[in-house]
Amino acid sequence: MRIVVQEAPFDFGAEAAGFAAGRHDMGAVVTFTGIVRDRPGGGLQAMEIEHYPSMTQKALEQIAAEAVDRWSLGDALVIHRYGRLEPGEQIMMVATAAPHRKDAFEAAEYLMDYLKSRAPFWKKEYCAETGTWVAAKDEDEAALTRW
Amino acid sequence: MDVLYFAWVRERIGLPRETVQTEAATVAELVAELRAREDRYAAAFEDLSALRVAVDQELTDFDAPLAGVREVAFFPPMTGG
Repeated sequence: MRIVVQEAPFDFGAEAAGFAAGRHDMGAVVTFTGIVRDRPGGGLQAMEIEHYPSMTQKALEQIAAEAVDRWSLGDALVIHRYGRLEPGEQIMMVATAAPHRKDAFEAAEYLMDYLKSRAPFWKKEYCAETGTWVAAKDEDEAALTRW
Repeated sequence: MDVLYFAWVRERIGLPRETVQTEAATVAELVAELRAREDRYAAAFEDLSALRVAVDQELTDFDAPLAGVREVAFFPPMTGG
């Protein structure tokens, strides 16, 4: 299990290729990456991601540990960036490895649902030099109830 | 104890963190003390349903006790991922 919180970009291809490499007991790897999306019609200049440094690593480790327990995962990876990101940049990725694909898919979704609402990150969108905090969505909170 | 603010809570109060001397027994009592200080605190804590709290880096609720606590953080609902 590896948890990385960093400002710098990461190499999704290298991370995906290296994740669970050499494991002969894992039949499935699922990867997901979140990307800064422009607004419909354009105009997003950047997204600023703030986090709570002393809490972030611990919160992500807890979420990942719960996923590993719940689905008997062989491995899990979470990378999350903070700072100023432009449209098209990768914000974060998760990867899960399990003997069977259902566990890998479900655990990846679980990680994403919990990252959305329980990891201490906040996003601010900048359009025309005006910053607006992104509000949490009710459906993101509701998504947790399915687990 | 150290009190930390993030995102629009930080902007509304105008500080990322401060040290607060308090006898408050719970987070809710601490919030009441802060609200009574100045308008910017009252504005930040106007609607507690729009806020989340972490005590010593663990998410909790406003009834949480503060005995022995070193750090309390207030912030809006998270938007990670």
